[in-house]
Amino acid sequence: MSLPETMPYTGWRWDDLVFLALAGVMLGSALLVVLSRNIIRSGLFMVLSFLGLAGIYALAGSPIVAAAQVLVYIGAISVLILFAVMLTQSKAGPAALVFQRQAWIAAIASVVLLGLIGASILLTEFPAAEALPTVHETREVAFLIFDANVFAFEVVSLLLLAAVVGGIFIARRDESADEEGA
Amino acid sequence: MSQSLDAYLLLAAGLFAIGTFGFLAKRNAIAMLMSIELMLNAVNLAIVAFALFTPSLGAQGSVIALFVMAVAAAEATVGLAIVIAIYRNRRTPLVDEYASMRE
Repeated sequence: MSLPETMPYTGWRWDDLVFLALAGVMLGSALLVVLSRNIIRSGLFMVLSFLGLAGIYALAGSPIVAAAQVLVYIGAISVLILFAVMLTQSKAGPAALVFQRQAWIAAIASVVLLGLIGASILLTEFPAAEALPTVHETREVAFLIFDANVFAFEVVSLLLLAAVVGGIFIARRDESADEEGA
Repeated sequence: MSQSLDAYLLLAAGLFAIGTFGFLAKRNAIAMLMSIELMLNAVNLAIVAFALFTPSLGAQGSVIALFVMAVAAAEATVGLAIVIAIYRNRRTPLVDEYASMRE
């Protein structure tokens, strides 16, 4: 038994339904990230938002980017951010005031930004917009990274090493200052 | 709808605008970093969408997106280290109390 080509009653394609559901999950949880009053909850909604985006990458024919999204963002960056939240939250701060006083100006600015970007997207005729989407072979991506762009790959690995060493150096406890304080 | 470039780009624009709002409006430094991650993800989605609808680009779009992810990971590492270092001195993660450079 196989599914019909389009959804019954509405005539939508199944791809569109999946796309709309993933887009709704992603945008809804991104809104909850910025509107939530509890920062731990913000971090967990951020994980959900990244998961929705990974699904959209998979739907867009880039399975390797979807896998990297899950590994890098959900597996590494979210965990790092949640650890930092646990290290820096104190009960002393007034938890009720999560927004700056100019939050409503920020809301207006971001709505205007959305309007500008949206208008420029809708008014532009993209030459390739009618082309059929293609699924990229992982083999082709691997060739491009490890053969054609191997210099950029090495530069990025050096950058990551420098960032990790720098991060440890900045966040390290200053032992001489500790002895003075104790 | 999943076959049109405009839908992907509008989705990326929405995610970017949400990230902008969070970055401008939140008081907590870590919440601001989360908003920056949302904005980086929006740009990555735009890159993947353009690559999807440009057949001559081939798989280059995925490669660019993977490099952007690696640089974003480096940025998150250093950003969180800076926030933790400031927290150790000032005992607060709220950015509007980091006013010592203004005085």
